[in-house]
Amino acid sequence: MSNVAFPQGFVHRRRRGAELFLLLLSLVVGIGAYAAVGVGVKGHVPADIYTYGGWLVALVVGAHVVVRLAAPYADPVLLPIVAALNGLGLAEIHRLDLSGMTGAGSLASKQLVWMTVGVVLFAAVLLGLRDHRRLQAYTYSFGLAAIVLLLLPMLPVIGESINGARIWIHLGPMSFQPGEVAKIALVLFFAGYLVVHRDALALAGRRFGGIDFPRGRDLGPILGMWLVSLAVLVFQSDLGSSLLFFGLFVVMLYVSTERPGWLVLGAVLFGAGSYLAYLFVAHVQVRIVAWLHPFAHGVNSYQLVQGLYGMAWGGLVGRGLGQGSPELTPLSYSDFIMSALGEEIGLTGVMALLVLYGLIVERGLRIALVCRDPFGKLVATGLAITFALQVFVVIGGVTRLIPLTGLTTPFLSYGGSSLVANWVIVALLLRISDQARQPPPVLHAPSEDDATQVVNMR
Amino acid sequence: MNRPIRIMSIFCMLLFLALLANSTYLQYFQANALDAHHDNKRVRDAEYSRKRGAILVAGRSIAVSKPVKDEFKYLRAYPEARQYAHLTGYYSYIYGSNALEYTQNAILSGSDPRLFVNRLSDLFGNSAPKGGSVTLTINPRAQKAAFDGLKALGPHTEGAVVALNPSTGAILAMTSTPSYDPNKLASHNFDQVEKAWKKLNANKNQPLLNRAIQQTYPPGSTFKLVTTAAALSSGRFTPQSLVPGGTSLDLPQTTTNLVNENGMSCGGNKITLTQALVVSCNVSYGYVGLTLGADTLRKQAQKFGFGQHYFGDLNGQVASQFPQHADPPQTALSAIGQYDVAATPLQMAMVAAGIADGGTVMKPYLVDEVRAPDLSVLNKTTPQPLHSHVVTPRVAHEITQMMEAVVQYGTGTTAQIPGIKVAGKTGTAQTTPSRPPYAWFVCFAPADNPKVAVAVLIQNAHITRSEISGSHLAAPIAKAVMQAVIQ
Repeated sequence: MSNVAFPQGFVHRRRRGAELFLLLLSLVVGIGAYAAVGVGVKGHVPADIYTYGGWLVALVVGAHVVVRLAAPYADPVLLPIVAALNGLGLAEIHRLDLSGMTGAGSLASKQLVWMTVGVVLFAAVLLGLRDHRRLQAYTYSFGLAAIVLLLLPMLPVIGESINGARIWIHLGPMSFQPGEVAKIALVLFFAGYLVVHRDALALAGRRFGGIDFPRGRDLGPILGMWLVSLAVLVFQSDLGSSLLFFGLFVVMLYVSTERPGWLVLGAVLFGAGSYLAYLFVAHVQVRIVAWLHPFAHGVNSYQLVQGLYGMAWGGLVGRGLGQGSPELTPLSYSDFIMSALGEEIGLTGVMALLVLYGLIVERGLRIALVCRDPFGKLVATGLAITFALQVFVVIGGVTRLIPLTGLTTPFLSYGGSSLVANWVIVALLLRISDQARQPPPVLHAPSEDDATQVVNMR
Repeated sequence: MNRPIRIMSIFCMLLFLALLANSTYLQYFQANALDAHHDNKRVRDAEYSRKRGAILVAGRSIAVSKPVKDEFKYLRAYPEARQYAHLTGYYSYIYGSNALEYTQNAILSGSDPRLFVNRLSDLFGNSAPKGGSVTLTINPRAQKAAFDGLKALGPHTEGAVVALNPSTGAILAMTSTPSYDPNKLASHNFDQVEKAWKKLNANKNQPLLNRAIQQTYPPGSTFKLVTTAAALSSGRFTPQSLVPGGTSLDLPQTTTNLVNENGMSCGGNKITLTQALVVSCNVSYGYVGLTLGADTLRKQAQKFGFGQHYFGDLNGQVASQFPQHADPPQTALSAIGQYDVAATPLQMAMVAAGIADGGTVMKPYLVDEVRAPDLSVLNKTTPQPLHSHVVTPRVAHEITQMMEAVVQYGTGTTAQIPGIKVAGKTGTAQTTPSRPPYAWFVCFAPADNPKVAVAVLIQNAHITRSEISGSHLAAPIAKAVMQAVIQ
């Protein structure tokens, strides 16, 4: 259908100049916020503003140059959004450093190192991976990698339980959340697998109760994969990732087969699973009760309530960077950074951030629409949906729209694994986007979408 | 695959719209409710770091925020701490606030909606928000006279004084002893605050209790004013009506008799109602109560304000009580202010003020003016009647003359002020034999042009039982307060 949307002869513009301009704006946001934090907390601009600003400029301009060289047709909006979010996140983490809640060490400088690693990996993906379709060859390797990564925290010695969730591994001085990387591997595995099997999943099978159920042999491996990841997550008490992976799985199945029945089945399974978890998993009960009655006496909801107080205290325009009390909310530098920002930059700032996140998802899905090959379409959809679900689950949880589940806020929260993984996600999206927006070869085989249309006309 | 991708785009859009709507609800519509939660440390810290408005009495601050060099920037200080403790209340980081600091918090902290424009200009001018000030109706000389009077009876004296302007309801003095030092609770040294708090709460004399409004006591013979009002209003009695004045009154349905305070006769088997009030004759008033019945007495008491909450400037005012059900012997006891009749000192001051004002009881108030930080007046209290026609002006005049007689040659001679006509009534209320009686005095002056109505209660002065009487203990304090207002 992409050749319907863009008639023959249409060529996307590169728009790299626009990207550079937007990047400069994002630097103004990031460095400006850093300076504002210094003024807000200490009354003067931080002494290291030049080295810090210089470092940020170097990273952002470096990323831009890599995109210019390796993916000249890539989407021009994604990188500036990510740079703005990352810069704002760094400034807020620096602000929490100054409040003293993060201990003696400086989380902001660590986060800057992680951002550097993220940008290096971003460049490596764009430079090393010239065609995303090559990833399809490693479908089952990614599946295996995902399982291994998810199982790692369960191992003795290197596995570690922090705040009740066993989702960390410890290697020397470094700690890492393998689940963040596993989510990319899972998207690639699902996409590769579904591209091959989607016809069988969509066509073969028997109809039961208005829904076409696929044959066991088509469904088996992927269902097994899902059960394994889900089981691992339940044992690790990581509700957020569990929800994320399940949603991802259902959406990718639906998009690849074009059968709404999967969504219905997914919703039913989700409902049943949630109810069972509520009945039998104490951890889940605690979260639901805290969501329903956060202000009741004896309810374990201190963090949530402090976060809500913070956001309410911020009000429409916020207290100003460095002028709220986000240190009162436990973990406000990671899971609850949105409440910290809500307190200091207010509803206005929160809305801007939500729109930025929404734009990332929109650009991701647009890339999926424009992309010509089904593998690329599925990967882009999967990554965009992962992003949307993660933002919804964590910010919805912090603002008490849904029960709280632990997940990092992409690009804002402190945490190396999450930051690095998200930079890789953006690199993959840009790679697919570059492929999709390049002028098409004069001769190209009929797209696989034609086959999809045959199915529709059945 | 594009159709499902488009559908997922719409789904994602809905997710983000839900997040946007929910943040708006949380940070805009729900924000004020969340700010008001008592455990919200942000709001508390911000309020504590703010220049809180002053509480003023005749131009002098009795509560003021002073700049200090610690994390809260301002320390709440009470220059005349003990004298005004039950009016200002305390402002503690740990234990919250009380009295005016509590009831006037919105204006003092600057969060009152009427200060919205000030907050907006603070926001743009980048200056810290400031609180507005509250000016009280208190007459500082009357307050000092009341406090010193109670203090002179001994350090552990439990008592209260209330003085009102009868024509407006403005509170001219209100004090309760033992008092406490709110500076010790407002301190930023939290260990010491905790110690002081525990000590105050462990004190048997309950220094934190404002006895003027937060506790009721049997009003004893001062309640005979209410009975007199009911009697004269009923048309069945005049000040000259003859009533029994012997040594005892046979109570129906019982074998016990009602006797006078000293067990003696009130001056004859038949005496006038005026004479009965002048010597505070229990036998006469028991008879009047039996004649009128409990319902008539209750209605008269309610007209004076019994059974009602009418005072909001301080928290915790309790309603005074006349028993809901009383058989004839209980009615006779109620008519002399015993049995289950219970009144706050504020209520008894209002009884005196109602008579003084010719039958209108004004709603009592303590806050005279509320001002913004720029000193513009946000609100000035307009006096309002609580009940009009409590008694007719004629009846009020008759009771006034009877009360003048009490002070001229009756039980209240200790309240005489040279050159000024004083109207008053003593009371000595028995409770149980094990504890000392309560000494009361209620009065107003000048009787022909009332400027002040006073009620004094001595709950316990730790002196020998025989020396306790309204005349001996309470009347001199009332006299000092009246003098402070009039002269």
